[in-house]
Amino acid sequence: MIIQVDNPVVEVHNLSVTYHNKPVLWEADFSVPAGNLVGILGPNGAGKTTLIKAMMNLVDPSSGYVKLFDRPLDEVRPRVAYVPQKESVDWDFPTNVLDVVLMGRFGKRGFFRSWSKKDKEVALACLEKVGMQDYQKRQISQLSGGQQQRVFLARSLAQEADLYFMDEPFAGIDAATEDSILNLLLEMRSQGKTLLIVHHDLQSAYEYFDWFVFLNTRLVASGPKAEVFNKEILQETYGSKLTLLHTISNLLTKEGLPMRDEPDLEQA
Amino acid sequence: MWEQVFEFLSFSDLNVRYVTLGVFLIGVSTAIVGCFTFLKKKALVGDAIAHAALPGVCLGFMLFESKNPLILLGGAFVTGWISLIVIDLITARTKIKADTSIGLVLSIFFGFGIMLLTTIQHSGNAAQSGLDKFLFGKAASILPEDVYLLAVISTILLGTIILFFKQFAMVAFDPGYAKSIGLPVGLLEVILSTLTVLAVATGIQAVGVVLMAALLITPAVAARYWTDRLGLMVLLAAIFGGISGIMGAMVSFLAPAMPTGPWIVVIVSLFAFASILFAPNKGYFARRLKLVRHKNKVLHENILKAFYHLAEADASFYQARTKQEIMRRRPMQEKLLKKGLQALLRKDLIQNERGDYWRLTSQGKEIGQRIVRIHRLWELYLQRFLKMAPDHVHPDADAMEHIITPEMEALLVDELGRPQRDPHDKDIPYTQ
Repeated sequence: MIIQVDNPVVEVHNLSVTYHNKPVLWEADFSVPAGNLVGILGPNGAGKTTLIKAMMNLVDPSSGYVKLFDRPLDEVRPRVAYVPQKESVDWDFPTNVLDVVLMGRFGKRGFFRSWSKKDKEVALACLEKVGMQDYQKRQISQLSGGQQQRVFLARSLAQEADLYFMDEPFAGIDAATEDSILNLLLEMRSQGKTLLIVHHDLQSAYEYFDWFVFLNTRLVASGPKAEVFNKEILQETYGSKLTLLHTISNLLTKEGLPMRDEPDLEQA
Repeated sequence: MWEQVFEFLSFSDLNVRYVTLGVFLIGVSTAIVGCFTFLKKKALVGDAIAHAALPGVCLGFMLFESKNPLILLGGAFVTGWISLIVIDLITARTKIKADTSIGLVLSIFFGFGIMLLTTIQHSGNAAQSGLDKFLFGKAASILPEDVYLLAVISTILLGTIILFFKQFAMVAFDPGYAKSIGLPVGLLEVILSTLTVLAVATGIQAVGVVLMAALLITPAVAARYWTDRLGLMVLLAAIFGGISGIMGAMVSFLAPAMPTGPWIVVIVSLFAFASILFAPNKGYFARRLKLVRHKNKVLHENILKAFYHLAEADASFYQARTKQEIMRRRPMQEKLLKKGLQALLRKDLIQNERGDYWRLTSQGKEIGQRIVRIHRLWELYLQRFLKMAPDHVHPDADAMEHIITPEMEALLVDELGRPQRDPHDKDIPYTQ
């Protein structure tokens, strides 16, 4: 069941992504209304991270396109923030907490300008929002997993965006941190911001989110909680893969064939 | 020997001045660029680029029949870049993994270079003599016109790094995020790669292609041990690289038969080894020292704990005790106990009286009590939350009592609801 909306903040059209000819996301087509906490759910390898990366232009789709605020990403970049998985970086890198958060201010200044007083104030305020104000000079290698996650959140807050893509912000953190992050996300939603969040735990997902995108390589469902969070859709998402789709994707990988004839024409 | 060293250091010889300046510029600029190569975990790629520079040098000479530094360097730059592209192509388009494709490209390009070099050497062309210096480097062969070129290139390298410092740092730390906020990550990567190839190409005359990667990476490795700040790390790497270059040139001056490259590498490796051993915090000895300190702390706290246990038994906290009493309470070597008692005495945690009698001071009592308290809290924690049997919790608590910080202690008390009794039904002593 895919419920499309009018005036969507995020609009995904026939989006497919392949890695080395293996389709990891197959024809996703959905839209998301503003001011929602959106949970992106699915089993391991369902293409959740790929979907977020494709929406942020970090991987090239083999077909389809994405519109944010009815525009391509490049035209609305200052309004969009991205929180990668914390495992995606080397936390032994020689830098401190404040410098990481200041990265979020990059879009707000000229390419060669150094940080203004305001940049630093915003960065500190964001650290305070995630309860990390006492750690601003701390080396990032000394942070716990939950603290790393909060630093990444603070960095995205410093962008002062309207739309957030977050990849597993609740992974590997303790219960207290989870609560404080959730409160922060709820506060952001109450300010009219839209948040798309990759999540792995079904039980908490039901409590946290008000709109769901269920993935299992293909899009299984997209819609408000009341309409899509049900047994049938969960079974479809977490049950076995579709046999025929799986077979053809294995065939594509094995033979090294593209899943589109002329992707260039399609995109143009 | 010393006379020659002084002669070198006085830089009175014009030639020496040029050579030294040349290798200094090479050392500094490659070390700075190398910091980013190192942080992007591309050290092996740097090695491949260096080896791939050899066929470029040979081809430059063969095509233009000239040893003009601009031509040889240009050749090295071109084949260095080609090797980079080939590595990326192989990794992206085939099933071959990155490490294999780096190994392949390195050996194939280098083999091709050696083949060309041998062909040139047997061609009977008299002008070819000296090309083999590109294998292991020869600082003494640096001429004034080389130095001008080196100065220009170093300025370009340094200027670009300074200009894009924050951007390069972001791309090295988190390229995905950098792209998401609109940084031209692809372009910045190309610039950084170009700088690496350029640094390698300029360095091979002094160090040689075989060992060039050491000059690129080793200063960064050494510098990383001393600091957690990127700016300082780059500065330190530059200093290590520069000094290594100068000292390599000195060796080249004192013993002209010696190849410069290996000497520079030996010196820069000494910096790295010294850093690995002696750097504060991260170095080997610093970490050893930390362990020794912890061991002493454990000894001191165990003695205070024994005092406290004795006091608990007869409800008399400031009673004087003998060494024998303490050792009966907690078996330990008398030598260690003596050492520990002396240290505790110096810290005013115990007092000594009438020869071999020792008593706690109020501060000493507080520490002993704290250790006992943490020990019992931790035992209870293990029993309640890890479901461990009461007769299994003691050894773990014996270690943790010396590690748990006051903040963790507060959490522990909260989590357990300020319990009064431990799993062995002993009193948990609180100060208030």
